[in-house]
Amino acid sequence: MNPIQRRRFVDQIKVMFGAEPRKPEKFTERAVKAHELKRMTNKTDLQAMKAHMREHEQKSNKWRNRRWIALILMNLLFVVSFYFDIQILEGALTASRFIGFHLIDLNSALQVMLAHKHIITNLLIGTGTVLVLWLLFGGRTFCSWVCPYHLLAEWAEKIHLFLVKKKLVTDQPIDRRLRTVFWIVFAVLAFVTGYTVYEAISPTGIVSRALIYGPGLALLWVLALLVFEVFFVRRAWCRYACPIGLTYGVVGIFSPLRVKYTLEGCFHEGDCRKVCLVPHVLDTVIKGRAVDTEVAIGPDCTRCGLCVDTCPTGSLKFDVKGLSKLM
Amino acid sequence: MSDEEKVGAGATAPEKPASTTAAAGPAARPPMSKERKQQARRRALRTLLLTGGVLGAGISGWLPLAYAQKKRLRPPGALDEKDFLSSCIKCGQCVQVCPVEAIKLADLVDGFGVGAPYIDARAQACDFSCDAVQCILACPTGSLTYHKPEFLAVRPGAKMADKPVLLAKENDPEPTLNLAERIGVARLTRPESCLAIQGKGFKGQARGPAFKGELRYMKVDRWKPIKVADHPYDTELCDLCVQACPIKGAISIETVFAPDGSQRKSPVVHEPCVGCGVCEMICPTEPASIEIIPGEGWRA
Repeated sequence: MNPIQRRRFVDQIKVMFGAEPRKPEKFTERAVKAHELKRMTNKTDLQAMKAHMREHEQKSNKWRNRRWIALILMNLLFVVSFYFDIQILEGALTASRFIGFHLIDLNSALQVMLAHKHIITNLLIGTGTVLVLWLLFGGRTFCSWVCPYHLLAEWAEKIHLFLVKKKLVTDQPIDRRLRTVFWIVFAVLAFVTGYTVYEAISPTGIVSRALIYGPGLALLWVLALLVFEVFFVRRAWCRYACPIGLTYGVVGIFSPLRVKYTLEGCFHEGDCRKVCLVPHVLDTVIKGRAVDTEVAIGPDCTRCGLCVDTCPTGSLKFDVKGLSKLM
Repeated sequence: MSDEEKVGAGATAPEKPASTTAAAGPAARPPMSKERKQQARRRALRTLLLTGGVLGAGISGWLPLAYAQKKRLRPPGALDEKDFLSSCIKCGQCVQVCPVEAIKLADLVDGFGVGAPYIDARAQACDFSCDAVQCILACPTGSLTYHKPEFLAVRPGAKMADKPVLLAKENDPEPTLNLAERIGVARLTRPESCLAIQGKGFKGQARGPAFKGELRYMKVDRWKPIKVADHPYDTELCDLCVQACPIKGAISIETVFAPDGSQRKSPVVHEPCVGCGVCEMICPTEPASIEIIPGEGWRA
């Protein structure tokens, strides 16, 4: 990583905690050249190229479909494991056992450790396993590929966007720093009250348990969140509130699996930013903002692949750090 | 929000030239327009609204627990209520392993921890059909445990004098349950309604034909619990609680003296009682004459 990339890497961590993405001040030589080349292309040529690109654009839902299938299968495995007593994946998303191996959600584990102030071996093993797992698979990958609330919110988002199109509602954004505040508040609450306060309102836990053990009134809270997201704030919970997302985001800082942006072919039309759950990570695709010709998308990215599907020029792709060099 | 829109429309916005050197440093912010100021204020208000909503929901889930008057019967091996609530990760693995489905997860309105497990002994008690207290083995956080960490205090009277002997395993090389502490104690809370005290017998299904609860009857099947409704009783003097109790020496029918000096029979709970709740479940009177007091210790 060159110093300019490193600077962006650090900036992206700040952005995850709530800072607004800023226009970079330094660029690599090759990035400067690429930006200049783009500026020099005359307007008519550019329009023609864009039109050509749009004509040959192939609408794809490849990654979304894969993701939905993975998410549904994973949650279904919990359900059938209990329902048919086949004991493959026992428990719920907060803590489970996969053919006997302990798996414990990092945020739930953290809450319990803070509240109980005592860590038993099984808790440590389960947390360690999940930590390694998501270190490999990209941190917030948990959000978009596993969390059942994410899928519900994704569907609610479709309704929200439909209503926006009909000009019936508008998205009312919230300060992104709030998520960091929540993370701290719930950590402190767990420590001080000795009760895992967050677990009582975690829509991830509530939905997961409802799927496995049957629905309960706690789903009303989830419903309230979804209504709020449909009519007021697009993806409010996942964007501005969920401490689980931030916990996994921190893991994602060190993960080799991420989406990579290639400057060269990009027309900077911003389709990707419109579908993105966390558009602040895609600030680099704005014209003149890429600090290098290839830029890794930051840790707050959920690796959902919507941008990869949407990008008409293939400028956004999944990438495993180091692997592409190796091959 | 207009920030977002501005960058969203980045493709058409006039771009500034990129440069390898730092720009003139952080320029003084241009004064905000009236409209932007209003938008910023609204955003701050919305942020406060969401903060209040989420924290309010979180606190409202916790307050009933902080001020709880009544204790709940937790699964065997549960830590004391406060420690139990702080360590339970609400995964329900204890629910999944229980062969008689005695363990349930609390809901929003129950007020004792959304997703935390409890036992409603009257509906379905833990009868140790699993032989080994599977829920303890399944618990990933040590909320249910054989070995309480040393820094946690033991409730007075919670410690078992000896490891309780499970009647079903009485002839096995290792007949005991590894429980060190009881989760509660059975008490004859309504002696006036107890059939034994009245000298009455009992004939028929203990809890009526519609009762769904299950129990393991050693005489019927060592490994498979059956419905209580499928196992009618017929006794001269009601001793269903003694018959059903899975723990050796935890309860017996004894001759007691009433205040007026007259002799009568009565169920008497002894020290080995672990508080499983089978007696409460099987008791044919409505409401049950004998009940588990959750979290209660043994008093001689």
